[in-house]
Amino acid sequence: MAFSSMTLPKMLTTHYRSFSVSTVVTALQKLTRVRVVDNSSLGNSPYHRSPRVIHVYTKNGVGKVGDTVLLAIKGQKKKALIVGHKMPGSRMSPRFDSNNVVLIEENGNPTGTRIKAPIPTHLRKLEGDYSKLLAIAQRFV
Amino acid sequence: MAACTQRTGALARLIQNVQFHHERMFSVFSLRLQAAGSGDKPPTFTPPSKPVILDKSKPEEAARRFVSPEFIPPRQRTAPLKFFLERKDMIQRRRVLNIPEFYVGSVLSVTTSDPHASNNTNRFVGICIQRSGKGLGATFILRNIIDGQGVEICYELYNPRMKHIEVLKLEKRLDDNLMYLRDALPEYSTFAFDVKPVHLSPTQEVPVNEMKVRMKPRPWSKRWERPKFNIKGIRFDLCLTPEQMEHAQKWAEPWRQYDMLKEYDTSTLEEKIYQEVQAELRK
Repeated sequence: MAFSSMTLPKMLTTHYRSFSVSTVVTALQKLTRVRVVDNSSLGNSPYHRSPRVIHVYTKNGVGKVGDTVLLAIKGQKKKALIVGHKMPGSRMSPRFDSNNVVLIEENGNPTGTRIKAPIPTHLRKLEGDYSKLLAIAQRFV
Repeated sequence: MAACTQRTGALARLIQNVQFHHERMFSVFSLRLQAAGSGDKPPTFTPPSKPVILDKSKPEEAARRFVSPEFIPPRQRTAPLKFFLERKDMIQRRRVLNIPEFYVGSVLSVTTSDPHASNNTNRFVGICIQRSGKGLGATFILRNIIDGQGVEICYELYNPRMKHIEVLKLEKRLDDNLMYLRDALPEYSTFAFDVKPVHLSPTQEVPVNEMKVRMKPRPWSKRWERPKFNIKGIRFDLCLTPEQMEHAQKWAEPWRQYDMLKEYDTSTLEEKIYQEVQAELRK
C-alpha cells in the first residue's frame, strides 16, 4: 500500500494482523494466551505457539491474581501462578496491560530466578505458600 | 587608587573648612567618608533587595476557581438531600486529606497505606487518564509504564487508605478521557517516579497540553476514530486513510446535540456548590 510506506514511520510498517486475536478484558480462563514474566528458559525461548491456559485451579474456572493455572507451553504441561491480568480488579489495586504469569514447579517454587514485570503487593497475602516466588520479585506496585 | 585617595583627602579638607550648622547631617557625612576612605580593604558588599515588579496597568488576578467534579450531582431524580449529606462527609474528609486541584492529563503522585507493602506505604506516579464517579465514591485512574509493563491503578478519592496526593504537573489535555493511551505508543504514558513537582501559580490559567499521540498498529481496544468518542489527541492521519476516517462518520449521531433531555447546565449549580464548600472549609 502506497499510503503506509509513505506516511507511516518505519516501526509501524511491520506486518501485523488486522484483527484482534486475544480476548479483550476478562480474567484468565481456559485457552487464554498469557505472558510469562520470569526469566526461565522455558518461558522465554521462542516457539510458534504462545503459552495457553489449559486448566484453572479454581472452583469457577476463572483465574485471578494469586490463582494457579496449568499452561500448555512449548508442547509441555507446566503450572504457573497468575501475577496480573488485564481485567480491572478491586479499587486501589493495579490493573496490567497483559495477562502475566510466573512458572512454578509442582511444589510452588519458581522455575526462573527473577521476575521482570512489577507484581501487585496484595500477592504478599500468599507469603506462606509462595515466599520463594515473592523473594525473586524485582518490583511491587 | 592613589588618585582616588588624593581626591577623598581633598574632599575631607573641604568639609572641615565648611562649618555645618546641621550637626546630624555632618555626622552622617563624616561617617560615610570614613567608611569609604578608612583602611585599604574595600567595604563589604551588601546586595540590594530584589525588586518586586508589580504591573499596575493590569488588574489584580484572582485565584483560579475550581470545584472538584465529584461535588456536582448527576442529573437524576434522587433527592438532593442525599448529595447534600455526601458533600458534608466529603468536606469532613478534605479537612484531613488535602485533595488538590487536578484534571485528566495531570501527572499525579499518590501515596496510599498498604498493609502488604514495605513500611506500610505505597507510592505510585502516573498520568490521570479518567475521573469518574460522583460523591464519596469518586475515582480516578492513574497510568504509567513500569519496566515495560503498562500498569493502571484506580484510586478512590475518599478512601481512608489514601495518605497523600501530590500534583507533579498540573495540565490539561485535548480530551476529557485519555483511555486511548492504552493503545498509544508506550512513550506517551511513561513517567519517572523521582521527578520534582512543577509549580504553577494559583492565579495562572491551567495550561492545555496540545500533544497528539501516535498509536500502536490497529486493532485498538476501541475504535477511537468513531465520532462517539470525539477524540482530538490522536494522530489519525498516521494510522487511518481519509476513506476510513470518512467511513467512521457513518456512526455519527448529529441529532444528539438537539436532545433537550440530555441537556444539563451545571453553571449555577457549580456556583452554589462552590460557595457552600468554601464556607464549610473556612469553618
